Amino acid sequence: MSEPVIVANELVKRYGEFAAVDRISFEVAPGESFGLLGPNGAGKSTTMRMVGAVSTRTGGELSVLGLDPDRFGPEIRSQLGVVPQADNLDAELRVRENLLVYGRYFGLPRKLVAERADELLAFAQLEEKAKAKVDSLSGGMKRRLTIARALINDPRILLLDEPTTGLDPQARHILWDRLFRLKEQGTTLLLTTHYMDEAEQLCDRLVVVDKGTIMAEGTPAELIRRYSTREVLEVRFGSDRNSEVAARLSGLGDRLEVLPDRILVYSENGEAELVRLTDAGLHPITSLVRRSSLEDVFLRLTGRSLIE
Amino acid sequence: MTELADRRPAESGPAPRPVRSLYAGNARAVMFRGWRATRSTNWLVVVSGFFEPIFYLLAMGIGLGTLVGTVTTASGHEVAYPAFIAPALLAVAAMNGAIYDSTWNVFFKMQFAKLYEGMLSTSLGPLDVALGEILLALLRGALYAVGFQLVMQALGLNLSWWALLALPAVLLIAFGFASLGMAITSYMKTFQQMDWINFVMLPMFLFSATFYPLTVYPEWLQSIIQALPLWHGVELVRGLTTGDVGWGLLGHVLYYVVMIAIGLVFTTRRLRALFLD
Repeated sequence: MSEPVIVANELVKRYGEFAAVDRISFEVAPGESFGLLGPNGAGKSTTMRMVGAVSTRTGGELSVLGLDPDRFGPEIRSQLGVVPQADNLDAELRVRENLLVYGRYFGLPRKLVAERADELLAFAQLEEKAKAKVDSLSGGMKRRLTIARALINDPRILLLDEPTTGLDPQARHILWDRLFRLKEQGTTLLLTTHYMDEAEQLCDRLVVVDKGTIMAEGTPAELIRRYSTREVLEVRFGSDRNSEVAARLSGLGDRLEVLPDRILVYSENGEAELVRLTDAGLHPITSLVRRSSLEDVFLRLTGRSLIE
Repeated sequence: MTELADRRPAESGPAPRPVRSLYAGNARAVMFRGWRATRSTNWLVVVSGFFEPIFYLLAMGIGLGTLVGTVTTASGHEVAYPAFIAPALLAVAAMNGAIYDSTWNVFFKMQFAKLYEGMLSTSLGPLDVALGEILLALLRGALYAVGFQLVMQALGLNLSWWALLALPAVLLIAFGFASLGMAITSYMKTFQQMDWINFVMLPMFLFSATFYPLTVYPEWLQSIIQALPLWHGVELVRGLTTGDVGWGLLGHVLYYVVMIAIGLVFTTRRLRALFLD
């Protein structure tokens, strides 16, 4: 296997007493799409900022493209593309100008930047908006422009912090399609998300992060296999009755998870569990059988849901 | 692979020169951005600021000046009133232009537009950003000053060939104010704090020997005003446009050189603390 492009070893970031990142270790191989999955405040963005060489670490080791970000910030940043969580496009400039100006920040020649800007506008499906004001773009377009901007220096690694948060489903799918193309072209992606479906769509491998530490690591399929069953039966008996009924459900499935609004029955065969349940004289208001997802993995590992 | 192998010794070697992490030698990219932004959105605002000192010159110099007659300068020269205040207003023009860009505009870009955060996630360093923004503010100051000096020339208020040196002098003044203005602004967090800047600027404009000689004040007040930057600018430019030149002017130049250096150091440190912690 070729040299990893990112190596974090026992990485720590403290703000006073509070450890935002508490001894995280992971490696990302070139061309890999690697995810940090976790709820808000898990330390994902702080980790991204350290990898992006805009935040110094408090402890541990970190190497990005073979260099220490605390000492070679500009050298590393020149080879990264950064898509921050909140859009910070330049609203005083037009769409295409945003790309031109950003390319110049990297000290790239004007002609090269102009060529790339046109290619990237096409990639981001924003050719018709080239002269538009940034404020007139929709949320999805702004995100696509931010991604195009992050690609202007032909980066070796693209850092994406919550790339689709706040977008409507259609805009998310367009964005995933673009990111998937980048992945196919061999761009290394490091992304954070608190969306399961996003992690499953885009990540070759991921770590589940909670409270600044890594809870588990693997491919999405591995994690599901290791920490969950093949299927899940979700039943609702109404908010008041869920916990009361739960006592009568013990023995059903491999494992039960009682949430305030529903009960999850983990099993290889969800339909069979539903039959057993109704045979026992229980009649849920609603029932649903689905495949296990990373959401279940997270619930198993932390006892909490991802989006609360 | 060779690329990586080449880099590895660097990692185990000594830390790179500290300047490299602060400065990529690309302040012009920041200026380029400012120029594009001004061109596409707010050039009208830029033009409007140009007229303020000209209105003062017409109202006070030409209007009020007919009542005043002549003024005796610090070194004992008799000068017509308009020729006395014009160089002061020239220094003020440079100051205003520099301050507009380096305070409110910088405050907005820092607090709301997140512009510097974006810039500093590229290969730019904090000194590139500081220098680029300050030079841009300086250019605005210089633009106002050049326009104002042309008006002075047309009105016959440049009394000596030394007045040609007033141009580099106002560049220095604009540089000083832009540098210090951005440094101070980088520490501001609220609009209320920004208002303090205005609170200092107006009295400094009115009382820095702008409209009458410093000798009208008691000694203690004179020393306070002599500690403030505008007085040095006014004296420097007045010396040049009235032809009252002596070695003392170099003292004023030195004041501005120090002011520029302090402003750059603090702006760079602050940007680093804010965006590259």
